[in-house]
This record gives sequence, C-alpha cells and structure tokens, in this order.
Amino acid sequence: MNLVPEKLLHEMSSPGRIAVSLPACDVPETPVPAGLRRGDLRLPELDELSVVRHFTRLSQKNYSIDTHFYPLGSCTMKYNPKVNELVANLHGWRDTHPLIGDEFSQGALELIYKLQEGLREIGGFAAASLQPAAGAHGELAGVFIMRAYHVARGEARRTKILIPDSAHGTNPATCTMAGMTTIPLPSDAEGGVDLHALQVALDSATGEIAGIMITNPNTLGLFDRNIETIAKMVHDAGGLVYGDGANMNAVTGVFKPGLSGIDVMHFNLHKTFSTPHGGGGPGAGFVGVGQELMDFLPGPIAAKNGNKYALYMPSRSIGSVKSFYGNFGVLVRAYAYMRMLGAEGFRRLAENAVLNANYIKVRLEGHYKVKYPRRCMHEFVAMGDIAPGIHTLDIAKRLIDYGFHPPTIYFPLIVPEAIMIEPTETENKETLDAFVEVMIKIADEAKTTPDLLHHSPTTTPIGRLDEVGAARNPVLCFKG
Amino acid sequence: MPFIANSEADRQAMLATVGVSSVEELFTDIPASKRFPKLDLPQGLSELEITRELESMAAKNVTASTCAWFLGAGAYNHFIPAAVGAIASRGEFLTAYTPYQPEVSQGTLQAIFEYQSMAAELLGMEVVNASHYDGATALAEAVLMAFNQGGSRKKVFLPETLHPEYKAVIGTYFAAFDVIMAEYQGGPANAAPDADTCCVVASYPDFQGEIHDLKAGADRAHTAGALFVVHADPIMCAILKSPGELGADIVTAEGQVLGNAMNFGGPWLGMMGATAKLMRKMPGRIVGQAQDHEGRRGFVLTLTAREQHIRREKAVSNICSNQGLVMLQACVYMALMGKRGLQQVAGLCWNKAHYAATEIGKVPGFKVRKGEFFKEFVVSTPIPAAEITQKLSRRCIVPGLALSKYDPGRTHELLVCVTEMSTKAQIELLVTGLAEATK
Amino acid sequence: MKIDSAARYQASHEFARKDGTVFVIGISDHAQEALGDIVFVELPEVGKTFAKGQSFGVVESVKAASDLYMPISGTVTAVNDALGGDPALVNRDCYGLGWIAKVEATKAGEFEGLLDAAAYEKEAGKD
Repeated sequence: MNLVPEKLLHEMSSPGRIAVSLPACDVPETPVPAGLRRGDLRLPELDELSVVRHFTRLSQKNYSIDTHFYPLGSCTMKYNPKVNELVANLHGWRDTHPLIGDEFSQGALELIYKLQEGLREIGGFAAASLQPAAGAHGELAGVFIMRAYHVARGEARRTKILIPDSAHGTNPATCTMAGMTTIPLPSDAEGGVDLHALQVALDSATGEIAGIMITNPNTLGLFDRNIETIAKMVHDAGGLVYGDGANMNAVTGVFKPGLSGIDVMHFNLHKTFSTPHGGGGPGAGFVGVGQELMDFLPGPIAAKNGNKYALYMPSRSIGSVKSFYGNFGVLVRAYAYMRMLGAEGFRRLAENAVLNANYIKVRLEGHYKVKYPRRCMHEFVAMGDIAPGIHTLDIAKRLIDYGFHPPTIYFPLIVPEAIMIEPTETENKETLDAFVEVMIKIADEAKTTPDLLHHSPTTTPIGRLDEVGAARNPVLCFKG
Repeated sequence: MPFIANSEADRQAMLATVGVSSVEELFTDIPASKRFPKLDLPQGLSELEITRELESMAAKNVTASTCAWFLGAGAYNHFIPAAVGAIASRGEFLTAYTPYQPEVSQGTLQAIFEYQSMAAELLGMEVVNASHYDGATALAEAVLMAFNQGGSRKKVFLPETLHPEYKAVIGTYFAAFDVIMAEYQGGPANAAPDADTCCVVASYPDFQGEIHDLKAGADRAHTAGALFVVHADPIMCAILKSPGELGADIVTAEGQVLGNAMNFGGPWLGMMGATAKLMRKMPGRIVGQAQDHEGRRGFVLTLTAREQHIRREKAVSNICSNQGLVMLQACVYMALMGKRGLQQVAGLCWNKAHYAATEIGKVPGFKVRKGEFFKEFVVSTPIPAAEITQKLSRRCIVPGLALSKYDPGRTHELLVCVTEMSTKAQIELLVTGLAEATK
Repeated sequence: MKIDSAARYQASHEFARKDGTVFVIGISDHAQEALGDIVFVELPEVGKTFAKGQSFGVVESVKAASDLYMPISGTVTAVNDALGGDPALVNRDCYGLGWIAKVEATKAGEFEGLLDAAAYEKEAGKD
C-alpha cells in the first residue's frame, strides 16, 4: 500500500496549468450575454502527469479484488473476468445513444433481449425487466409492482409488508419509499423465518398484507427450508412474495426461485453476474416476475419480433424507474459472463461458492463461535467476542494488517458481534487456508496480546479515524 | 471451468474436511423436487468466442464515433480525455468495494471527497453526495426530499418542459404518495407556489434547450416558503451562473457529460447537491474529512445515520449501490479539464451551437425557436422531423431528436444539439443534409 | 446508570421533569450510554404541539439513530440550541446541560402516569 499522504487536487493547483488539449474554435464566436455569465470557477489547474500520478497514488491506497482477498459477506466480491471490461467498452456500445431509434440500435436491443431471457430462465420467471440500476432499485421496482397489482385488484388497502429481522436495511427502506409500512418478523432457532410468528403477523392484519420480502439464502447464509410453506401462507393471506436476490450466488443452476412461490425478485448483476463493484457501483437490478405480474413490469422492455428487436411498454406498467433502459454497460458485462458460463457453469459456480464457505466455516469452528452451526450456503456468520475486551471491530482491523480485507461486520443485526464471511467461488484453496490460518492466529492474539488488536491496523496510510468528530463537525468539501 | 480456481483434487480434499462425500450434499436444505433444475441456456463460450460475438453485435449499432452527430436530448456526445479511462480501469479502483473500511479505502474515499469538492463548486452548492443512478432518479429523490421536508405541503411544481423521461420517473416514484403535481409553462417565475407547495422544480436549460430566468423563480418559491430545486447541465455551469448562485436549495444534474460515454443510456451519473442546511436530509453516501489518533488526515463515509443500513424503514432513501465508478470518471475528468479546460469545452459548445442555429435558420422552411440556449435548440421543420431523422441517419448524419418521439402532436419539430465534438465541416454537412432531405 | 429521581420516564428512555410551569424533556443516562457518542440532535420547532408518544426529534450517533417520543402532551416553548454546537452535552450531562426541549403541558396529569425513577431503573435493566 502507498503510505505517503496525498495532497488534495486543490492543494496541488497552480494557476495557468492545463491537462487537456482541445481543438480551436473553427466557427465565428457568439458572445455570452453578461447577465448569464458566471464569475470565477474555482476548479484546480493541473498538468496531465500530475493528475495521472495523483489518482494512481490514490488507487494504491485501496484494497481491491485484483490485489487482495475480500471475504465480504453478503457482497459477493468475486473475481470479474477482464474480458467483460474489454467487451463493455467497444465503440458500438459506448458511443450509441438511447434515442437513436430501434432501427439503428439492433445490436443493443438484441443484447438486452437475450440477457433478459437468460436471467429469466435462471430465476424461473415468466417475464423480466432490466431497467433498475441496482439491487435496491430493483427492490423499489418490485414493491411498486406489488402495490400496483393490489391496487389493480381493488385492494389498495394492502400496504403492509413483512420483513424478517435478518434482512438488509434496503428492504424496509424500500417499503417506506414505495409508500408501504413494514412489519418485522423474528427468526426462529434455526435462523429461518419463524412460522408461528408469520401466522400471527398475517392474522393481525387480515386484508392489509401486501406481501413479504424474503432473502433466501438469508443474510445468515442459511437456506430457509420452509420457503414453499412460507410462500403458501403469504399467498393464502392474499399477499405476494418478494425475493431479494442478493444471495443468488449460492443457488444459480441449483434452485429457481420462480418455481418455489417467489412472485417477484431482483438479481444484483454486479454481484452474482459479475460486474466489478467500482468502489460503490454501478450495478444493475434485473427484476423477474411470475405470470400474474408481468404486465406491471417497469419498462421499456426488449422484445423480439421475427428477426428484429424492439422496445415496448408493458400494458399496466408501473412506469419508468430510471431514464431509458437501465445501466446498459453493466448489462453487457453480465451478458458476456452468462454466455461464457452456460448452464453447466452456473451450477458449478454455486457449488464452489457453497463449498468454499463451508470449508472456511468448518476450519474456523472451535476458534470462533458460529451462531447457527448448521451447514451454510455461500456465507456464514461467526462471532467476534472471543476474548475479554475484544470486539469484532478489533478482529476486522487486525485482518487488515495481515493483508486481508475484513469480512462484513456487525451485520446481520440479530447476531451480536457478527462477522459475516463470504469467500465466493473464484478463490482457491491456498487463499482460503491462508485466511483461516490468520483468523486462528488472531484468535490466539486476542487472548495473549490483545493490544495488538486494539491498535491495529498499523500497516495502512491512516489508522482508525475519528468518525465521531467527522460527523459532529462535517467537512464535506475542500475549504480553500 | 471458467473463473473457478480449485481443481477436482482440491475439491475432494475440501469435501473431506467439511465431512461430506459429494458437493450435492451441501444443498439438502433446498426442497428435493426443486433441486438442480434443468437450465435452458446455450453452451458456454470461450473468451475468444464471446469477444467475437459481442464485437459483431456491437457493430450493428449506429454510433457517434462514425457519424456527424447532433442528437442530445438527455445523453450527450462530449470529448473524453484518454486519462479518464486509463485511471478508472485500474483494478484498485475498479474492483474495490464501497469504502466501509476506511483504512483500506483511502483511494476511493479521497476521490469521492475531491469529486464532492469540484461538483459543489460547479453547481454552487455546499454539499454534494457521492451519486445517484442517473439525472432522472437524482431529481426524483430531490423532489422526494423536498416533499418529506415540506410536512403538510403537498404540491410540487414541475416545468412543462422538463425532460419527458424525468417526468415519467418522478411520476413512478410518487405513485403511492398523496401529492399534487402541478405544471407551469416557460420559466419558473411562471409557477404559482403557495402555502401548500413544498417545492418548485426548474430545468436549466429545459428539455428544449432553453435557458430561463432562475432567480425570479427562486424568489417566488422562497417567498411561498417552498424549496427551489434545479436540474442543471454541469458543463453549462462552467460559463453560466451556477444554480446555487441563482438561489437553488437543491441541485441535481446528469453527470454523464463529465467524462462518461453515452452507453445506450447508462451507466450514467446522478449528481445531487444541497445547501448546508439540508445536508442531514440528503439521500446518498457522503464522504467527510477526519483525523486518526496521530492527527493524520483521512476520509470516511459520514452522516450515515441518514442511510438504510442504519435507519432501515426510517432512512431518507433506500439507495445503497450507486454509480461509484462513473463518479470517479467524472472526478478525473474535472481534474483534467480544470478551470480553463471546462470553460473551453463549454465555450465551444456555446459557439458551435449558435453558429449551427444561424446556419440552419438560413435553410428555406427551417426556423429556429427564439430564446436563450446553450448547446441545444428546437428547429421547426417543413416536413415531419421523424422523416428527416430517418433519412439522414441512414446517411450517417444524425440530425437530432424528432419531438414526436415524446409528443405525437409535435410532428414538425427537431431538437438539435451541438457540442465541442462537431466540426464546422460536420455542421455544414448537417445544413446541406437538412436542405436535401426536404426536397 | 444515573437516574434523576425528580424526573419521570418512558420505556422508550425519554424523561420529563417539572421545572416551574413547564416540563424539561431529554433522554436518560441509560439511553445516551447505549447510543454512544452523540453526533447530532434534531430539535423540534418552538411553538409546535405534540401528543404524548408522538415523535418530536432524533438523536444520532455514528452507528445508530433513535427517534425521540414525547413523554407528555404539550407545546414546545424552548429548545436547547447549545446542542447544535455541542451535541456531546447529552453524553456528558443528559439531565442538566444536555436537555432537549421544554414543553408546556396540555395534560399535566400525564406526568403522574410516567414511570418513576425506581420503575424506570427496573425497566431499563431489561435491555
């Protein structure tokens, strides 16, 4: 890692420098009216090499998949094939415009259509839209669909959505954004939805239940064996079942959610379907639905008529959730990945993701408590209270000193001191073994030399930051 | 098998450690009748084969790199310096996660802080967040923010000339809420905000390229106790007054123009800024400056109590994954362009668009609509504009957007966009093409 | 856990204490400790009326945010503006300098219905 402090661009600026060359104006000039004209523009002035070095040095202050193991639970930080980048950056995609018209964008429409159909098949759905730009955006589209379905049936009263307490924060936040209210559901002793509590909740709001949002496998990395029972109970109460596809990496080619009672579901294309995370995005959020909901999908959607491709709006669409047709560049990567894997590849990826997680889990048991010690899927949740005064945060920070990105910590909220580990299928056994050895070593250090943990990390450009000070007196821009 | 590291021997060893004899045994929680279904997908391809397939598919599209290009309407063809892609494709940026662990994410965090700083300056805002999915969702969330801030105020004023895609997205986002969407014609001074109004929205410029008086609109909104929300072209803001200077409380923008390709509609960059007073009500990730125990400067995600992972159903938005890498490209673009480069780009757009408007206005039957504009303007055409776009696009001159696309009644209007990418020769080609198309 | 014996409490950890003609409202020591370092307090508007149990503000730490529920129906007569510059006052002195709002009660009788110090101590102990 690059440990040298890096100045801000504004601090490096020197008046008169420029990092780009633009063509001279080859037309007669028109003056900008004084009333419209802006005064000073305080952007930095730098030469090209300084800008390139600045950002290159900054990049060296990051951990990334290309440089480090990243066992970040619930985030599916797998290796993304480099060919994805190559094919996504072809001029034929980059330089084409969403309003050029169907006749002039047949290649782009063909790709959207084929990806839509392939993902639909993987999920077992009747129809799909690729418009949402991220997982949470797919959730939003999905809950809008649920609402529109109930309203169309004259059941606008159905505004309550059940959410297990192990769910991602995006689930309840999405419901609020879609004008729904949430009912939290407790988990049972096995980490799944508590069926008794589910029945009580359904009975408590007869005629008002819009549905349930369920993540399966859930955020504990456990597959809910009762999924079909849960779906039936919710359907019997007049509700719909939303599937959060955040953990689809565990079950591609193994389980089709659409065939087990899931009515509407999103996939995170930037996780399971291999677009690099980009330090926060962009992603894409495919939404698949069963027969009853297909007319409500957001659009436009691609269709094939003869050998031509076209866009259309479903008849009772919730409308557009984004301008145009989704994060197309992400769709190109997902398509390339899907075509390279084929049916066989998708099953193998899930098998290996699950095997890798179980391998780490078995090797760590005895050193760390695992909240639900049954067999896991693609991830599992351990606990960090391994010695007096040691917290999960200390273990996470100590891992950094050994060259590993920390797992997801303090999530799910229902496990105290949670450490959520997801290795993905792209890591080899040596990497998994090295990680396990370090985790065991840290467990020893926690007992013998706890200060090492409290003071870590020490190998990074900065130590633990004063987040309290940052939030009390926010400095959110360069102040010259 | 592609992208799976372990060999069969590794797998056998691992299965033994786990204590199962086959990998199938790991999936027994899944209902037996639903386990391992048939997947009807084509056979997997090699890297070489998929590259060839996608190259030939991509070649079927008409692109700005091979045509004289005058189509804008929300997606713009601007110059992207080579260094933008070179930096954004570095694996350390490309394959990093959201910077929740600041000690190993200072690169991403400082880049976001730099972006926030430069975008805030450009838009005239005090706080800018780390991105939304695109300009339309940024604006929809800005209106939602104003609506939630407004308490009992239920009315939103939108410009009639807001981009139709944006109007559609706002409509979708508000489907479940008890809101009154009112429209005004022309500039925001024509809105009639009252005690029931939470915000007045203005587009700078509007969908038809026209620049309206924002100041008067801001004053009216503020007098009524409403917020003033502006959606702006960030390149234009390099030479024209910023929305903040003109009184905006919240500003959104489509940041695609800042170093990002058109990509058939995405990924783009939703920008959002606000006044300091509103910062704790703003959606999206925000990076702040912090110190470590040794007093070293670092950067960290801050004000997180607004967000879904902490606040759940009470969060200000559900946004999680954003457009991080696109934001990085915009950040590098602004750094490279700097003050003078961005002013130069904006100046070229202004001059070339005004030149093109003058020349098109000389073609018999074509008339350029009156009003101030930056890089885009409406031309009334003697024959249906859709016929012109069809004819000329086949000759690799893409003349603009026929407005009938969004309003079937407006058959004889063409929205023309000219940026720094168009040469004088290409503008002349367009002018000749328009004349020929009507013959 | 420190308890102000003159105050009465809600199970959601807000307290009310009679101060002349008004009630001082804040959060308990147990609540501030559970939240950790407080970074921001969203204050209600002076003049606004709240029913008992209605949400009137938010207390934020770095990793959590907690809504404030009014322990007693009434109109806000004053808010503690000092919290804007120094929200940590709530951590340092929640019953004193870290007060949040003052309320003129419309149903002063509700005060008697709140938990007294001993009952609250027992309630908070369950967390």
